[in-house]
Amino acid sequence: MRRLGPSALAIAGVVAIGLPFLLKPFGVYLISMWAVLTIAAIGLNLTLGYAGQVSMAQGAFVGIGAYTVALLTAAGWPFFVAFILGGALCFVIGWLLGYPALRVQHHYLAFVTLAFNTLVFLVLRNEEWLTRGSYGIAGTDRPSLFGFSTDNARAFYFVCLAILVLLSAATWWMMRSPWGRAFVALRENPIRALSLGLDTRRYTLMAFALGSTLGGLAGGLYAPLVQFIEPGSFSLNMSFNLLLMVIVGGSGRFFGPFVGALIAVLLPEWMRIAEGYYLIVYAMLVMVLMVFCPTGVLGLFEKAFRPKKAPPPAPATLKAEVTR
Amino acid sequence: MASFIQLLVSGLATGAIYALIAIGFTLLWQTSQTINFAQGEFVMLPAFFVLAAMNVGAPYWLAALIGIALSVVVLGVLFKAVIVDPMMRHGVLPLVITTIALSLFLKESVKDFYSSQAQPFPAPVAPRDLHFLGAVVSLQSVVVLAVAVLTVVALHLLLNKTRLGRCMQATAQNPTVARILGIPVGRMVLYTFLINGALVAIASLLISPIYLAKFTNGEALGMAAFIAAIIGGFNQVRGAILGGLILGVLDNLSAAYLSSQYRGAFPLVILIAVILFRPQGLLGRVEERAV
Repeated sequence: MRRLGPSALAIAGVVAIGLPFLLKPFGVYLISMWAVLTIAAIGLNLTLGYAGQVSMAQGAFVGIGAYTVALLTAAGWPFFVAFILGGALCFVIGWLLGYPALRVQHHYLAFVTLAFNTLVFLVLRNEEWLTRGSYGIAGTDRPSLFGFSTDNARAFYFVCLAILVLLSAATWWMMRSPWGRAFVALRENPIRALSLGLDTRRYTLMAFALGSTLGGLAGGLYAPLVQFIEPGSFSLNMSFNLLLMVIVGGSGRFFGPFVGALIAVLLPEWMRIAEGYYLIVYAMLVMVLMVFCPTGVLGLFEKAFRPKKAPPPAPATLKAEVTR
Repeated sequence: MASFIQLLVSGLATGAIYALIAIGFTLLWQTSQTINFAQGEFVMLPAFFVLAAMNVGAPYWLAALIGIALSVVVLGVLFKAVIVDPMMRHGVLPLVITTIALSLFLKESVKDFYSSQAQPFPAPVAPRDLHFLGAVVSLQSVVVLAVAVLTVVALHLLLNKTRLGRCMQATAQNPTVARILGIPVGRMVLYTFLINGALVAIASLLISPIYLAKFTNGEALGMAAFIAAIIGGFNQVRGAILGGLILGVLDNLSAAYLSSQYRGAFPLVILIAVILFRPQGLLGRVEERAV
């Protein structure tokens, strides 16, 4: 696996750069969507997969980021300023959402965040003076870089890809730092982490804030990509979908969100050969996948590739963390 | 005052239906740590079993019985055997994802194989109004309330007054000790799934005449059941009842007297407040967690 890693990464890089030249505009749109949702899923993986804090509100943060960018650019602000501000706003709100996590855990936390998501949806829908309610906001400008416009689908894909690479490199670096270790400690045994002197309070809040920031940044790209945002896009369905990406890809594994987003974005499109029934087929595939490999696709790969070196341990998440 | 009584009665009626759904939800959680995100769709589906049975010519009462039986088999036995059993040992989250996928599956199946249109659904009684203290109360609300109360009382008697019920409670409280005492834990867990199947079918029969049978019905109902369960207490059947009633009444009153735009927000705000200040719910016990 370790020797396989760099070459697989190189191949993935070549595919990611070459693919848009072979695809029709809709295909380019889909892979751009993949890049954008991967960013949001990386954020959720940070909160859920590494730090073990269940969040069902990631879709709301994508929404907050998207609305921030759409409203600010419409008011004439430059894209990248709005983009950063959207992330910063989500950092603050995510930090605040972390406070309930200090009191309750597991399914209770899931429901608090779920309620938060619906509240954000209601505000987006009802505060028409700000968000234009369910009419939505159309035509968010795509940024121009050094004088080059990125209105073209392919050009904007490369913007998304570049930001994805940048953010995932930052996340990779952070997970290797003491902070990343602290997040994992928080997931595995919060009380032991506390007794080892970790400020679990601060790390819990930080896990929420950072994960939400990535959600907001993804939203900042979502608005100019789709060119039309409305509250319905950021309802619970979006959060469920992002959760699905993280778990199906492999929660707590760095490349899990990449694989999960690939499945969640592309699989439904491939299933369109089943015409009206594609969502049924998709839902069935997800159920089958979960029944047969609950640790996600990457968990399945790990099991397949090294059956002898390390027999698949029961609590797969912890062992995978240590050996990788 | 008259309109207040009207709102209160119809609120209690919807609340009683929420309570039925929430009870099933907490039962599954207690015995198998299943957070069933498809619970709303479980309520949506039996109505279509009944409609399908009536389409082939069954009278209402027979169709209702067929609907309940099918629901017990499909949403009880099959759900447990095919989805919950293989996944239980892998923890809560994969199962959550699976039930989310299941809810999508059920919704889309009904849409594609039955109809995407709202279907009129027969009520158990003819529409009539009762006059009570100057208020007009629909007979339907009263019947809904009566059926729901009867169901809850029956369930309560089963759980508390019979040997079987006490075995089920023991299983919920501590499966290991229950097994040591010779209780067939696996069968008790299966029974809770059967009960859930029957409860959602009854809820479906009661609510479909009001909302019409539609494939999207489950979304709001599932959410209401979660909130009711949390408000009342996740590990208590009577908590779920209280939570359901509070939610139903509150929903009706807030829509009438406060803002109808933010109607959906009130239950959520209460949910957050309850979780933050009394996480075990109004009637719940504190769950001890080992280090």
